[in-house]
Amino acid sequence: MNNSMDNIQKVKQSLKRRSRSETRFRWYGRAAIMLGLAAVVLLFTDIVSKGHGAFKATYIQLEIDYNIDALGINSLSDKNQLMQANWDALPKIGLRKVFSEVSGRRDKRQLYNLVSNGAGFDLKDHLLENPLLLGQTETRWVLADDDIDTYYKSWLDGEPYAARLSKKQVQWIGQLHQQAQIRLQLNTNLLTRGDSREPEQAGIRGAVVGSLLTLLLTLMLSFPIGVAAAIYLEEFAAKNRFTDFIEVNINNLAAVPSIIFGLLGLAVFINFFHVPRSVPIVGGLVLTLMTLPTVIITSRAAIKSVPPSIREAALGMGASRYQVVLHHVLPLALPGMLTGAIIGMAQALGETAPLLMIGMVAFIVDIPQAFNDPATVLPVQIFLWADSPERAFIEKTSAAIMVLLSFLLIMNVSAVWLRKRLERRW
Amino acid sequence: METTHLFLLVISLAAIAFYLARGRSLAMAKPLGGIKKLHSLPDYYGLNAVLWCALPPLAVLLFWLLFDEPIINSLVMGALPADLIPSTQADYNLTLNKIYNLSDGVMNSTGQLSGLVVAAEHMSGLRVISQWALTTLCMVLAMVGLFWGWRKVAADFRARQSVEKVMENLLLGCACLAIFTTVGIVLSVLFESIQFFRSVPFFDFVFGLEWSPQTAIREDQVGSSGSFGAVPLFVGTLLVSAVAMFIAVPIGLMSAIYLAEYSSKTTRTYAKPALEVLAGIPTVVYGFFAALTVAPFLRDLGADFGLAVSSESALAAGLVMGVMIIPFISSLADDVITAVPQAMRDGSLAMGATHSETVRRVVIPAALPGIVAGIMLAISRAIGETMIVVMAAGLAAKLSLNPLDSVTTVTVQIVTLLTGDQEFDSPKTLAAFALGLMLFTVTLLLNFFALHIVKKYREHYE
Repeated sequence: MNNSMDNIQKVKQSLKRRSRSETRFRWYGRAAIMLGLAAVVLLFTDIVSKGHGAFKATYIQLEIDYNIDALGINSLSDKNQLMQANWDALPKIGLRKVFSEVSGRRDKRQLYNLVSNGAGFDLKDHLLENPLLLGQTETRWVLADDDIDTYYKSWLDGEPYAARLSKKQVQWIGQLHQQAQIRLQLNTNLLTRGDSREPEQAGIRGAVVGSLLTLLLTLMLSFPIGVAAAIYLEEFAAKNRFTDFIEVNINNLAAVPSIIFGLLGLAVFINFFHVPRSVPIVGGLVLTLMTLPTVIITSRAAIKSVPPSIREAALGMGASRYQVVLHHVLPLALPGMLTGAIIGMAQALGETAPLLMIGMVAFIVDIPQAFNDPATVLPVQIFLWADSPERAFIEKTSAAIMVLLSFLLIMNVSAVWLRKRLERRW
Repeated sequence: METTHLFLLVISLAAIAFYLARGRSLAMAKPLGGIKKLHSLPDYYGLNAVLWCALPPLAVLLFWLLFDEPIINSLVMGALPADLIPSTQADYNLTLNKIYNLSDGVMNSTGQLSGLVVAAEHMSGLRVISQWALTTLCMVLAMVGLFWGWRKVAADFRARQSVEKVMENLLLGCACLAIFTTVGIVLSVLFESIQFFRSVPFFDFVFGLEWSPQTAIREDQVGSSGSFGAVPLFVGTLLVSAVAMFIAVPIGLMSAIYLAEYSSKTTRTYAKPALEVLAGIPTVVYGFFAALTVAPFLRDLGADFGLAVSSESALAAGLVMGVMIIPFISSLADDVITAVPQAMRDGSLAMGATHSETVRRVVIPAALPGIVAGIMLAISRAIGETMIVVMAAGLAAKLSLNPLDSVTTVTVQIVTLLTGDQEFDSPKTLAAFALGLMLFTVTLLLNFFALHIVKKYREHYE
C-alpha cells in the first residue's frame, strides 16, 4: 500500500516536468517548420529584391542627328558603307548637344561613357528600319551604360552607389534628371537578346532558346523510352534476377550525382563519338540519361495504380496482353505518366553541373536555331553571369533566376493541375 | 543525301508498307469471307510490314552515324605521308582539326602543306562515298523489307504474335538502357582513371596531402610537376557535407515529426508542399544565394565578433546546402514515420506516456532504420552536390577542419579541371575522372545500402 502511494506521488511530481518537456518538444517541431519556411521566404525575397530592377533599364533622351557627313555614308543600301560608317558618332553628337560646355579629352570620354557602347548600333538598326530618317534629326531615348544604370537606380532608391562614376558624371546625371532627359524604361533587351559582355546589352533569349531545344530533345527521348521501360517492368518482365538487376540499376541511377552524368557525356559522346561540344544534342542526350530513372519510376507508379480488374476484364474479352496495355492500361495511366514527365523535365531544366562538363559554358552571343548550333542553357547562363565581375550582372542574374523559377513554377503547377484534373481514383 | 532526309524517306516507305500490307490482307480476306477468316487483324499485317521495312535501315543508320566519323578519321590519318604523321595525341588532334577545316572549306587551302590538302580532299571523298553507301544500303534494306513484309501476308500468318515479339524486345531494350548507362558510367570513369593511375600511383592519390593539379607547360618552370594528393579535397567535401547535415538533419527530422504526429490536417496540406518548394529550386539558384547573400553576411557577422571568416567559407556553402536538403530528409522521414503502425502508438499512449515520449521512445526507434537510410541518401546527395560549392566554396585545396576557412571539394575540382578545352592525355584532365570514380563509388555504396535498408524496413511492417 505504502509502496504504490509512493509511486503515485512520484508520478504526480514528475507530471509537471513531463508536460513541460511535451510543450518544449512541440515547439521544437514548430520552430523547425518555421525555419524551413523562413528559408523559402528569405530566398525568394532576396532574389526578387535583387532582380526586379533588371526588368527596367535606364535610357537617356538625346537629339540624334542622322548626319550624312558624321556617319560618312551616302546610301543605306551599300553593305560596305554600312560596315565602315561611324555609328558611334550619333550618340556622341547627341551628348555634345546636351552638354555643350564639356571640353577636353578626358571629360569628353567620360561624357561618351554615359551611353552604352552598343547605342550606335541600336541607332543603326533603327535607321535601317526607317531609312527616311537619313539626314534628319530625331529625339530618341538611348540605352545608358550599365554603370549609369546601376547608379541611377540606386540614386532613385535613395542610396546612391557612385563607386564607378566620376564626380562630373554624377553631376551630369543630376542635370539630365532635372531636365527629365533620363528615365527608366521597360528593358526589352533582357528578353530579346543573346548574351553580351556588356551587362546593359545582355539578354537571356539565347539561353532560353537553348534550354527549349535541349528540353525538347530530352522529352522526345526520355518520355517514350521511360514509358516503354516502365511498361516492360510492370507488365511483362518475369520476376527473376535479371529484372531485379534492372531495378537496382534504375534506383541507383536515380541517386547518382548529376555531375557523374556529365563525366559520362564527356567521355562517351564527346571523346568517343566526337559529337561537337556545346550543342543541344549532347545536352539533350545527357539530360535524357539523367531524367530517365525519374520518368521510369513515376511511370511505373502510374501503371501500378491501374486496378488489376481492368486488365482481367480485357483479358477475359480475348484481348492479347499488348492490346490490354495499349488499349486500357496506358490511357488510364497517362495522366500520372505525364505528371512524371513534367517533373523530370523540371529537373532537367534546372540542371547545371553535367552541362558544364560537356562544354555548354561557352560564351555564345547568337541565338541557336537548331539542335547542332552551339548553345547554352538558362541555368548555365545564370552561373556565367553570377561569375561576372560587373556589378550590374548581379541584377541580371537575379532576373534570369526569376525567369527560370517562373518556368519551373508553371511546370510544377501544371503537373499538379494535370494530376488533380485527370487522375481517377479507383 | 542528308541524314534527316534519309530518315524521313525511310519513315514514308514504312507508311507505304503499312498500307500495302494492310490492303493485301484485306484483299486476301475477301474471297475467304471477311476479315474474321484472317489470323490477325489487318492492322497487324500492316504493322508487321512496317517493322520489316523500317527497323533494319534505322538500325544501320544509327550505327553508321555513330561509327562513320572515327573510321573515316583513322583512314585519313593512316594515309598521311610519313613526314606529316603526328607523334603525340595533341599533335594528332591538331592535324585532324586542320584537315576538318580544310575539307569543310572553313580554312583556305592556300599556304597549307600539300599533304594536308590532299588529306582534306581524301576526307571529303570518303565522306561522299560514306553518304552514298549509307543511302543505298538504307534504301535497299527498306525496299527488301517492304517487299518481304508484303509477301508474308497470308490468312494463316500469325502477324500479331510476330509484331508483339518484336515489341517485347524493344521494350526490353528500353528497360536495359538503365544497365547500359550504369555500365557506361563505370567504364568511362574507370578507363580514364586507370590511365591516370599509370602516371600517379593510386596510394599517392588517395593518401597524398597536397593537391595542386597545375602542371606547367615548360619542363623547367617552378613547380612544374603537379601534385595529386586528394586528402584535402576529401576533407573539404566532408566538412561542407557535415555542416549541411548539421543543419538539415535536426530541422528536417523535427519538421517531419511535427507534420506527421502533431500538426492539424490544414497545416500539413499547406506546410508540406511549402517546404518541398525548397527541393524544386535549381541548385544554381542556391549557389547564387550562397555566394552573394549568405557568404558576405557571414563574413560581416564574423567581423563584428572579431572572427576572420573567409568570404568563400565552408560554412556558407554548407549552410545553404543544408537548407536544400531539408525537404529531402523531411519527406523521407515523414514516409517512414507514417508507416509505423498506429497500434504501437496506441499501446504507448495507453501506458500513460505523453505524446512526445511516445514519439521519442516508440515511434522514432521503430522508424530508425528508415530514418538512417534517409540520412545516408541525404549524405550522398551532399557529397555529390556541385553547383552550390562551385559558386560558394573556394578553389584552393587547404587541409582544414575549420568551417570558417575556405575549402574546396571533389566536385569543385572536377568542374574546374574539366571546364573549357582539354586534352585527354594530361594527368590534370584525367585526375577529374579519378575524382569522379571516387565520388561514384562512395555515393553508389551509400545509395545501395540505404535502398537496401529501406526495402528491408518496408517489408518489416507490411
